[in-house]
Amino acid sequence: MPINNYIFLAVALFCIGVAGVLTRRNAIIIFMCIELMLNAVNLLLVAFSKMHHLALGKTVPTAGIDGQLFVFFIMVVAAAEVSVGLAVIVMMYRNTHSIDVNFLNRLKH
Amino acid sequence: MIQQVWLVPVLPLVGFLINGLFRNFLPKSLVGIIGSGTVLISFILSLLIFGEVRHEGFQPVVVNLFDFISVDKLHISFAFQVDQLSTLFLLIITGVGFLIHLYSTSYMHEEDGPQYARYFAYLNLFVFSMLLLVLGANFVILFIGWEGVGLCSYLLIGYWFKNVDYGYAARKAFIMNRIGDVGFLIAMFLMITKFGSVDFADVFGKAGSVSTGAITAITLLLFVGATGKSAQIPLYTWLPDAMAGPTPVSALIHAATMVTAGIYMIARSHVLYDLAPLTQNVVAVIGLATALLAATIALKQNDIKKVLAYSTVSQLGYMFLGLGVGAYDGAVFHVLTHAFFKALLFLGAGSVIHAMGGEQDMRKMGGLSKKMAITHATFLIGCIAIAGIPPFSGFFSKDEILAAAYGKNPVYYVIGVFTALLTAFYMFRLYAMTFRGHFRGTHEQEHHLHESPAAITIPLVVLAVLAATAGFLGIPPVFAADAHWLGKYLAPVLGEAAHGPELEKGIEGMLMVVSVVLAAIGVVVAWARFSKKPDLAEPTGFGKILANKWYVDEFYNAIIVRPLDLLAQFLVFFDKNIIDGIVNGVGRLVQYTSRQLRLLQSGQVGGYVLLMVVGILVLFLVELFTKH
Repeated sequence: MPINNYIFLAVALFCIGVAGVLTRRNAIIIFMCIELMLNAVNLLLVAFSKMHHLALGKTVPTAGIDGQLFVFFIMVVAAAEVSVGLAVIVMMYRNTHSIDVNFLNRLKH
Repeated sequence: MIQQVWLVPVLPLVGFLINGLFRNFLPKSLVGIIGSGTVLISFILSLLIFGEVRHEGFQPVVVNLFDFISVDKLHISFAFQVDQLSTLFLLIITGVGFLIHLYSTSYMHEEDGPQYARYFAYLNLFVFSMLLLVLGANFVILFIGWEGVGLCSYLLIGYWFKNVDYGYAARKAFIMNRIGDVGFLIAMFLMITKFGSVDFADVFGKAGSVSTGAITAITLLLFVGATGKSAQIPLYTWLPDAMAGPTPVSALIHAATMVTAGIYMIARSHVLYDLAPLTQNVVAVIGLATALLAATIALKQNDIKKVLAYSTVSQLGYMFLGLGVGAYDGAVFHVLTHAFFKALLFLGAGSVIHAMGGEQDMRKMGGLSKKMAITHATFLIGCIAIAGIPPFSGFFSKDEILAAAYGKNPVYYVIGVFTALLTAFYMFRLYAMTFRGHFRGTHEQEHHLHESPAAITIPLVVLAVLAATAGFLGIPPVFAADAHWLGKYLAPVLGEAAHGPELEKGIEGMLMVVSVVLAAIGVVVAWARFSKKPDLAEPTGFGKILANKWYVDEFYNAIIVRPLDLLAQFLVFFDKNIIDGIVNGVGRLVQYTSRQLRLLQSGQVGGYVLLMVVGILVLFLVELFTKH
């Protein structure tokens, strides 16, 4: 499959994520959209890594491996982030009885 | 003794410090003793110095005290020069100064303690500055004294500072002097560039090696300084207003000493002036014009001190005429005699004002000769001396100048002798209106009339004797050959040719007869017109122009003060509206834009993210459309 398809898919996923972050007010959905963006990037990394390996794998057996390493890093970090983020959302709900981010405009002051 | 010459100025300085710093604690009697005593000791020291200087063949001594300014190749030391000229001025300043201090102890006795001490402190500071001026061995020290006397003049004119007009008079004097001082300063800078030094010895020694143009520029600029300090056209108008100060101040500063500083300075730098014929002509013409103009104004003044003030301006004009025609010793001689008779006249006027309880208008005086015998007699001597009647002192000095003027240009002589006629006339008008006829004041004033106490009359008598006899210091060759003591005494400083052009004896004798006859006519006419029934009506026609001083003050107001005022108003407008507008506008712009930008900070996380995304997109687009 040509690399272009992977790129289009990743860009589409990323734009959906951005649009979701910009337009939705529900904190959990925003969170999910952020995950979507992260995964779009992961998809790109994996695709490029594979392409790399196909091109150079015969001479350099490890070519493209670092891209895949990054993906694992990102997944681990995202998991940690989700746990912290969900905890924040729970605390937020306990304090305000709402998870609407527009309600949280105290940064202004 | 000469090495200790620094004591002469330092003593009045000490008096100034004591009286100035402890004015709230010292009793008035002690203030008077300190004030006059320090000047008296200075006078005695000056006499001792004079005893050494007067010997023939005395060479000028420069006493170096310390290095004052030392920059690159320019070295200015704080040095005093003792020679015949400076010693003569030392004697005038400390001698007349002491008499006026003595006079002041009585004249100012109504002032309360601290004010009285302030007065004497200023007076001592003045004497110190004036001594610095005449003792300095270079132009910078001279200039320090020059500025010091200007400051003291300002302080003393405005001594009664609660009167607003007196404060304005003081400011006027100060500003007018400042205009002249700028000329003096530029002259000094020119000297430093041309000669590399401001020492009298260096400058006069190298004078011949510099172009005439440069010398003319330096001398003209120095003369600008002199017109300010010595009240010549165009800067003379401050002197009549300076009469706002106490009368002894007018006598000391504005008649005997400070206003002659310009004459001293030009006589001191006569080497330069001899090399600049153009400047000499300017000096002579300005001097003559001032003498005539001031004399005409004096004809119609009714304030006793104003008449004397214009008379001073006029006599200073004579001195500049003498300097301009090369009669340097004649000018210095006139400084000497003028110091005596004009101080005498001012002090006499002060005695009259004292007796009249502060009244200065001559129209309200009259017949004072019966009540004030000593004041009357001494005042009469002063009037005769200034009118130029022999053998009183004014005759000798004035005729020396007039003879030299005739030698240079007979037109100078004609105008000069006409001015002498006016002088005799207005002085005897003053005398007749004050001392002759009937008293025209109020009954209370008439009752109050009295002769002044001894502290006032003693200086009057001493000055009267000096005014009557000082002329014999300079007997012209017409009467006795080789009898001009002052000329011989000053010859080492002013040069052998300091008498101006030589005249035949017959012509000189004739000139004298003419001027004496004219002076006598002036005296007689004035006496006849003003002793019995003086004309008290308001002057009309030409007399009104004279009474209003040729409207010179109004003219200056119109061409200098008003335009400056308008310029200042415009600048205020410019400052308030344009400069302030720009400054405030910048502030307002920042405030406005930040108020608008503040709206972006809504606290909505979504908004921030949107901006971030937009920013990233912009960066991408920029990256996309540049470089590649």
